[in-house]
Amino acid sequence: MSYLDYKVADTPRGIRKILSLNWPLVFLLAAVASAGFLMLYSVAGGNIDTWARPQMERFAIGMVLMIGLGFVPIWFWRGISVGAYIVCVLLLVAVDVIGHVGMGAQRWLDLGPIKLQPSELMKISLVLLLAAYYDWLDLSKVSRPLWVLIPVILILIPTALVLQQPDLGTSLLLLMGGAIVMFAAGVSLWYFAAVIGAGVGLVWTVLESRGQSWQLLHDYQFRRIDTFLDPSQDPLGAGYNITQAQIALGSGGWSGRGFMQGTQSRLNFLPEKQTDFIFTTLAEEFGFIGAGSLLALYALIIGFCLYSALTNRDRFASLLTIGIAGTFFLFFSINMGMVMGLLPVVGVPLPLVSYGGTAMMILLMAFGMVQSAHVHRPR
Amino acid sequence: MRKSPKDIVDSARIISRRGIMLGVIQAAVIGTLGLRLRSMQIEHADEFRLLSDGNSIKIRLLPPVRGLIHDRNGIVIAGNEQNYRATITRELAGDVDRVIAKLRHLVPMSDDEAAEILENIAKRSAITPVSIGDHLSWTEFSSIAVNAPALPGVQPESVLSRVYPRNGDFSHVLGYVGRVSDYDLSKMENPDPVLMLPEFQFGKVGAENKLEGILRGKAGTRKVEVNAAGREMRELSRQEGQQGATLQMTLDAGLQNYAVQRLGEESAAAVVIDVTNGDIMAIASNPVFDPNLFVRGISGPDYRALMEHDHRPLADKTVQGVYPPGSTFKMVTLLAGLESGIINEGTRYYCNGALEVAGRKFHCWSRGGHGSVSAVESLMKSCDVYYYEVARAVGIDRIAEMARRLGIGIEHDLPMSAVATGIAPDRAWKQERYDQPWVVGDSLNASIGQGFVLASPLQLAVMTARVATGREVKPRLVRAIDGVPEPTPEFADLGLSDRNLRAARRGMDAVMNATGGTAARSRIVTEEWRMAGKTGTSQVRNITAAERARGVTRNDQLPWNRRDHALFVCYAPYDNPKYAVSVIVEHGGGGSAVAAPVARDILLYALSGGVPPLSAYPDSQRSQIEEMHRNMRLITPVAGNSSGRTRA
Repeated sequence: MSYLDYKVADTPRGIRKILSLNWPLVFLLAAVASAGFLMLYSVAGGNIDTWARPQMERFAIGMVLMIGLGFVPIWFWRGISVGAYIVCVLLLVAVDVIGHVGMGAQRWLDLGPIKLQPSELMKISLVLLLAAYYDWLDLSKVSRPLWVLIPVILILIPTALVLQQPDLGTSLLLLMGGAIVMFAAGVSLWYFAAVIGAGVGLVWTVLESRGQSWQLLHDYQFRRIDTFLDPSQDPLGAGYNITQAQIALGSGGWSGRGFMQGTQSRLNFLPEKQTDFIFTTLAEEFGFIGAGSLLALYALIIGFCLYSALTNRDRFASLLTIGIAGTFFLFFSINMGMVMGLLPVVGVPLPLVSYGGTAMMILLMAFGMVQSAHVHRPR
Repeated sequence: MRKSPKDIVDSARIISRRGIMLGVIQAAVIGTLGLRLRSMQIEHADEFRLLSDGNSIKIRLLPPVRGLIHDRNGIVIAGNEQNYRATITRELAGDVDRVIAKLRHLVPMSDDEAAEILENIAKRSAITPVSIGDHLSWTEFSSIAVNAPALPGVQPESVLSRVYPRNGDFSHVLGYVGRVSDYDLSKMENPDPVLMLPEFQFGKVGAENKLEGILRGKAGTRKVEVNAAGREMRELSRQEGQQGATLQMTLDAGLQNYAVQRLGEESAAAVVIDVTNGDIMAIASNPVFDPNLFVRGISGPDYRALMEHDHRPLADKTVQGVYPPGSTFKMVTLLAGLESGIINEGTRYYCNGALEVAGRKFHCWSRGGHGSVSAVESLMKSCDVYYYEVARAVGIDRIAEMARRLGIGIEHDLPMSAVATGIAPDRAWKQERYDQPWVVGDSLNASIGQGFVLASPLQLAVMTARVATGREVKPRLVRAIDGVPEPTPEFADLGLSDRNLRAARRGMDAVMNATGGTAARSRIVTEEWRMAGKTGTSQVRNITAAERARGVTRNDQLPWNRRDHALFVCYAPYDNPKYAVSVIVEHGGGGSAVAAPVARDILLYALSGGVPPLSAYPDSQRSQIEEMHRNMRLITPVAGNSSGRTRA
């Protein structure tokens, strides 16, 4: 059922929109962000001005933005999805060009007062576009090869552009975020099985070729892969950070060392203590109770989103919610997996907790769309 | 596009199914994360806590490599050598006594030494490494390294240590480095942290001390991770320090070696200056001592022997020692007289062996007198009475002013320890110093470089250089820093009339080259190296009436330390001066007999650029000179030789 199929008059209007917001989600997001403020205050050594205050200000703006966007009718988002996607692709190209001219990696567009990171925007507009695509597509065609190829190309264009920057973490997020929407839309499982199988086979072949006469990569490229997969081989580089991160995390124990008492982060063991590795500080200072609670909060956010999506009979709204929740899920699970040594180190921040303005704003805008879907769901 | 009801139902069903599948997958991932968290924070928390507590980052200083000192030809005169040593840190050693007892099986040390080490350990803080053996042999060093596990807190290490490959040759001018003492630190405001390192060497005296800022370099840092036991786990980052600058001195190692050898066992000093640019080519103070002894920590008996030696080897006689210059001062008095206009070149005075002034008789060294003496003859014969007359006529203030103009009684800026100013006395000086008025007798004494006049051998060499050139020659010791040459100095004209300067130079020439010159025996016969000079003999004290009564009439019948100082100043070549030399032999006797030959030989070495050729000496002296040179133990200088032990 699409929004054209239900009566727009049924959706709440005016002040009633506020009441029909997904309030549990609002409180959960605020709770996670609050944990972030505490940690930013702690890693700054008890200084609120370093990171915590700017983060709180952005969060406040972001919350207002989220609720504001929540009032925007859901069909508006479907309407702008194609345009948003095209604008984002153009921005990515612009960044690549400027970065190329500047002879180095560049992810930012400097727009005077604000710095825009188009790859962050792309994550949302890709989900938006794919949701709109499957809302438009006849259900019976979903698994037909041609109609599968189109979204794959739509995903690969921004992925390739971001990979150019080079930003491996974000391009993986785009790829997987897109895949989640395709999965939810009902694309045949065989495609996924085939892609996963092909990927595994390719990696296996490449790795197997090492040392053979038909070796597919240069030796130095293999060594790069080695250190990526097992950072302890590069003890002075990435391996050092991850080892220290694990020591910090593990030494937290049940209840942690106490707020502001973490020694690992105090001693500046971690260069990214306020961004990618902030979870280690939380785990060190608040222990399993704190880290587990944060994980539970994240799980609840996903749960509420999924529930909202599954009870929403509007196909676009469901897919959008699932896609955004999926992207959010990828963020925190990759970040946590990384600091816990389950995944190789890729630069992915912990959503709502890590310091960073653009990421938080865009995330809250995305949740604004989730709210919009919730508010304007068919009754 | 409108969709059929069936489509809507299908769509909802598919999304529900896939959404639930996604939810399950996500829940599984979150569950995995939770389990991993639980495993790390609960099951393995103790291990991580241990790692975390033991983890700490320490900043270690990397002592900079001290700058090398070269002579003017690039020969290393102060270098660095590998020094194997071991330190102990109390905090890590635990039972210090036991560790030291074990160590004594590996490194022989006396009970006293062991006790001293224990005392040092107790004095320092628990975390400061304390030396337990310096300059260890390779065998000792490696056996400590092999037994390291049984010797907690003991750290064998190899560092660079100062070495002076020319041993004593430059002991006074370069000085030496040594450990930084608590006293040294207490004198410094904001000391460089690198000075706190155990056994860090810094310049104690001489150029090593004065040029410390240039030679020390900058410390590097090492960021290391140490475990709970204090053992370094690994180096996190390293910032190399900066080696101290290489200094090139104006000194000539060959000449310096010759000067030291030529002065021999005498208590003596010699200074050679290049009059054209002020370069100090050699500056020797004998007897010398081996500065390497101080670097390694001199033993008590060795130090006492140096302290109690009556020739005072530790004193730098070239710049610290001040002496009555005796007759070498006569150029000052003569020039003061000539410049005042009161006398001129042709002025003659009559010497009958003494001059009576204010009821006191002032003797000439020649009891019989010199008869009628001209200005040039007065220098040649070193007639004292002539100078008494001049002093009486021009007064002390003009003489003192001339002395300062020629470099006596003023401070010369050299990077050496305790550079003395000397005394060019005048009326105001005596009033202030003794609260007594100046009397004419003081002027007479001063006119022949006795009485209150005091000058260092350096000042006498500068004076000679200034007389030889008529320019304000300023001595310098540093030729280049890190290959960047110091600017060649332009010396100002002294403003003395050429005529008067020529008179003084002619007098000095006559001293050497005229029949009856006081130092004619020490002349150089090679015409192109024609030498001008002036003898000096300065009384340490008069022969007393009691001694005269005992039959002591001659200086060499006195005990050594009461004999006269022998002095000599000279320059050459006469018509185009290049080098000026001053020599003083303490209690050596007469300047012409003792100091002049030494000064001549050193000057000849400088002029010829090596051991002087016999052809420069008068025939009668050649065999004797040849014999002397054969018995000298000279180091043959090899340019660029950096001695096997040193490291660039």
